[in-house]
Amino acid sequence: MMQRLECLRAVYPQLEDCLVVTIMGAVAAELQSLGHRPNFFYLQHAMGLASSTGLGLALCLPQQKVVVFDGDGSVLMNLGGLTTLARYRPKNLVHVVFDNESLLSVGGFPTATSTGSNIEAVARAAGVPHAKTVTAVPDFAAAFGEAVKANDLTCIVAKVEALGPKAYVTDLALLENRFQFKRYVEKLKS
Amino acid sequence: MPVSQANSRVVYDALKKCGIGLVSALPETWLVHLIRMAEDDPEMILVRLAKEEEGVGISAGAHFAGVKSAMLMQNHGFLASINGIVSFAQLYRIPLLMLISYRGHFGERDPWQTQGGSVTEPLLRALGIQYSFLDDPAKVEKQIAEAQTLAAASLHPVALLLTRQLMWEEPA
Repeated sequence: MMQRLECLRAVYPQLEDCLVVTIMGAVAAELQSLGHRPNFFYLQHAMGLASSTGLGLALCLPQQKVVVFDGDGSVLMNLGGLTTLARYRPKNLVHVVFDNESLLSVGGFPTATSTGSNIEAVARAAGVPHAKTVTAVPDFAAAFGEAVKANDLTCIVAKVEALGPKAYVTDLALLENRFQFKRYVEKLKS
Repeated sequence: MPVSQANSRVVYDALKKCGIGLVSALPETWLVHLIRMAEDDPEMILVRLAKEEEGVGISAGAHFAGVKSAMLMQNHGFLASINGIVSFAQLYRIPLLMLISYRGHFGERDPWQTQGGSVTEPLLRALGIQYSFLDDPAKVEKQIAEAQTLAAASLHPVALLLTRQLMWEEPA
């Protein structure tokens, strides 16, 4: 089974020109372990709102590619947000959902995707025009590359192992990240 | 419908005048004219939500993008947004301009709105969110501009409560 860190590593070079929003926990820590960049914003709480943040960015900056790294636990807290994403269908948004079927950072309690709930199917039914599930790193990298080039909203569900980093707290303060990210976006606009 | 179209227009024009470029909304009776005005305005990005908490994320994205935003919601929508307000807007110092219809206050006839009315102000105070009442159309423009100024300066949520006096035209 594939690991989230390997997925992130495989697409890391493609993130250079994107605005990236991640959820809290393993996704944030692992992306930082590959090398923080000023165009990465880690939403270290408010589960469910990373995709809404990506939507706000994508609607306000239609020429800018936006990538959201989400997770099954977070998406399940804001399933309605998938219908809002689909309703506005920002062409510049790639929504990646790492699905490890668990709430890993609190001890690995299984989520509803472990008992058959299917996020790709939910996304499709919500109206997301392109949704795909991948289970191998090369397939993930290919799907991500296509989604970044595509001129349409895409949701990629990556089934990954319930494995995380040793530690979740990093040296990057939340507010430092937030102000740096905002400055980065301001520079893009000027 | 006895929701005041004229006062909704005053509120909408005030939002426009202070540079609001994105509005997130979840319909409720008092907000229908405001939402239609946003919908009919080609310069406004209107995001209709499934649940009000999404609006916190959308406003954060807009803030990062340099776009001023406002959230239109009922006080029950404010209740539904509290985790987002605390663990995103307050944690990350994101300015929010929240226009909240104050249902369940004096004059409320709908029994289902009454509980939310009694907890709205105590919760705003508990969260340290400064708030004011929009009740006089002559003062709305200044109040909205001042609320927006405070949100931007403090990088914190602020709330304006849309009152029955402003939004409802039917005599009590």
